Amino acid sequence: MPTAITEKPTTVKDNRQKLLERAMSRHQYSGSALIEVLHTAQELFGYLSPELLSTIAHKLRLPPSRVLGVASFYHFFSLKPKGEHTFVVCLGTACYVAGALGLVETLERRCCKSGATSADGRVSFETARCIGSCGLAPAVIYDGTILARATPDQLGRQLDQLGVK
Amino acid sequence: MTIEELHDLETKEQARQASLENRIHCCTAAGCLSCGAESVRRAIGEEIEKRGVGERVEVCGTGCMGMCSRGPLVLASAPGKLYGSLTPADAPAVLDGSGSLAASEIDRNSPFFTKQQRIVLAGSGRVDPEKLADYIAAGGYRALAQALIEMKPADVVKEVAKSGLRGRGGAGYPTGLKWELVAKQVGPTKYVVCNADEGDPGAFMDRSVLEGDPHRVLEGMALAGYAVGAQQGYIYVRGEYGLAIQRLQNAIKQAEREHLLGGRILDTGFQFRIDLRIGAGAFVCGEETALIASIEGKRGQPRQRPPYPPESGLWNAPTLINNVETFANIPPIINEGGEWYASIGTEKSKGTKVFALAGHIKHTGLIEVPMGTTLRTILFDIGGGIPNGRFKAAQTGGPSGGCIPEQFLDSPVDYESLAAIGSIMGSGGLIVMDESSCMVDVARFFMEFCMDESCGKCIPCRAGTVEMHDILHRMTRGDASEHDLAMLEELAGLLRETSLCGLGQTAPNPVMSTLRYFRSEYEAHIRERRCPAGHCAIEAEVMV
Repeated sequence: MPTAITEKPTTVKDNRQKLLERAMSRHQYSGSALIEVLHTAQELFGYLSPELLSTIAHKLRLPPSRVLGVASFYHFFSLKPKGEHTFVVCLGTACYVAGALGLVETLERRCCKSGATSADGRVSFETARCIGSCGLAPAVIYDGTILARATPDQLGRQLDQLGVK
Repeated sequence: MTIEELHDLETKEQARQASLENRIHCCTAAGCLSCGAESVRRAIGEEIEKRGVGERVEVCGTGCMGMCSRGPLVLASAPGKLYGSLTPADAPAVLDGSGSLAASEIDRNSPFFTKQQRIVLAGSGRVDPEKLADYIAAGGYRALAQALIEMKPADVVKEVAKSGLRGRGGAGYPTGLKWELVAKQVGPTKYVVCNADEGDPGAFMDRSVLEGDPHRVLEGMALAGYAVGAQQGYIYVRGEYGLAIQRLQNAIKQAEREHLLGGRILDTGFQFRIDLRIGAGAFVCGEETALIASIEGKRGQPRQRPPYPPESGLWNAPTLINNVETFANIPPIINEGGEWYASIGTEKSKGTKVFALAGHIKHTGLIEVPMGTTLRTILFDIGGGIPNGRFKAAQTGGPSGGCIPEQFLDSPVDYESLAAIGSIMGSGGLIVMDESSCMVDVARFFMEFCMDESCGKCIPCRAGTVEMHDILHRMTRGDASEHDLAMLEELAGLLRETSLCGLGQTAPNPVMSTLRYFRSEYEAHIRERRCPAGHCAIEAEVMV
């Protein structure tokens, strides 16, 4: 899972720059590959920092405004660092009618508002517009794994385990 | 691979599978995976190894078997039984076919299975999505081979037109007509695009097809490429669908290695490449011109049509855009013929439709029925009815669709009938709601969705969805007036008439349809400050 950029040692960071460079060269530095490149960058660095965006703009020969415009248009891209653990609560119709709002309340009460990261950087909380697992409603994605038919209690226990008060 | 080699592989793999004593299929689609399917599959594999019967018994992963509410699902070819809610500890009993699993057994003769007709989902649950040989043994790439040897591109288009297939993304445009439009364009470069940006909340059909039978979609696209004269295809798939992306990447690699995609396909002169484009979470990208902008690396904002993509699409070249389910229908149409396909369904809506059943229903899952099946059959025979409480409404078409009340349970499900009762077919999400659901809140929910997902390019959609959501939000809190209701209806008309793309034009649909059938609920919220479903938290009036 994505971790904050500062936690990685410098050597790993250099390697990530190289991997990003390789992704751009695979697309022949074409501006039309911007979204692919942003995906790779976010995978490598966890989030898209202003420096990263301007590097990409420079390499793909695109105006920085266009790169920021695209990065901020799509929900998938994050311009801020994420917490160590991420909860994504699905708010699709099936999950909504199955009581997803109760899950949102639990996380908001104990961690932070949706779309934010808790003050200690431990937990990020996001909501999603249907993750396509409607048979499992209400569903939560915790660090990439789907929790099926989640309950506020279950989330509470998960938070207890993480040491969130 | 040449055509002869393809046939050889087909017969060889079929013979190998037939020689097995038992072939155990474990559903490894997203639903079952999340309730432990992988550990069940591993346990069965280990048990096979422990018993040393690896030569005669095989375990494989498959796509969605349909009854997601009973996962993890396992189908054993001997004695032909389907089991649900298994744990790794059940592995020995699955191999023995012993009676101790009677409680987990699912009756394959129940209406859930017998009332369905699986064409698009024919391979889901039977074919290992990670093995090309499995797809070929089930008749895969036979249609492509047949088209390349025996048919001219125009014949393929004709066959699709004859089938009467209509776009499964929701709008229902005749597929044959669209193909013809692209085929008759002259120009060196054309594109085929598969729209797999399934963003409707409550829909997981395309995801299941991509996860369960990816080669079927690739074959359908290759056939489209041959028919319209394109050499490059793109699949625009949602970034949220990690497993589907992984299986597609794997399938493309396999197909390219065997020359079923890429250059000199099946040793003929035809070439067709498919690349993936990963979406980044924007619902509006399901709109075709926004999808094109996104593939080009821009913000996913729609543009004015005409020109339509068949004339000027991706990088201004003629572009064919179809939905996943549409492409998945193509190989069987070529194999069995357009007339066969046209014999299924109703007069104007041919073939079958895949639905994702969810909400307050017993059997949540993935189903496929002939067009024209009634809602009652789908919800009560196949879906098993409402677990606790009474049926109130079925929602189809997501944020562009409507809520269908009880009085229309017997109307057939096809494009025209659904439009006549104020909803749409949509891509296939079918959410059932019982009496605990408040229709005003459901309308608010969808309006909030459209408000968040509006791309902001045109004012009616950008500002109108905010205004409409504000009114609906106040209604659910008991703070709205009669004037607000009139304003809501006026805005609904405005959005429908003046928005640039389908998102804004159809955003008022959930409001319009709930107003049409559940107007009294709106009035109760306004006049009596009361939520008849008991869902909305309306605070008591403060007396001063």
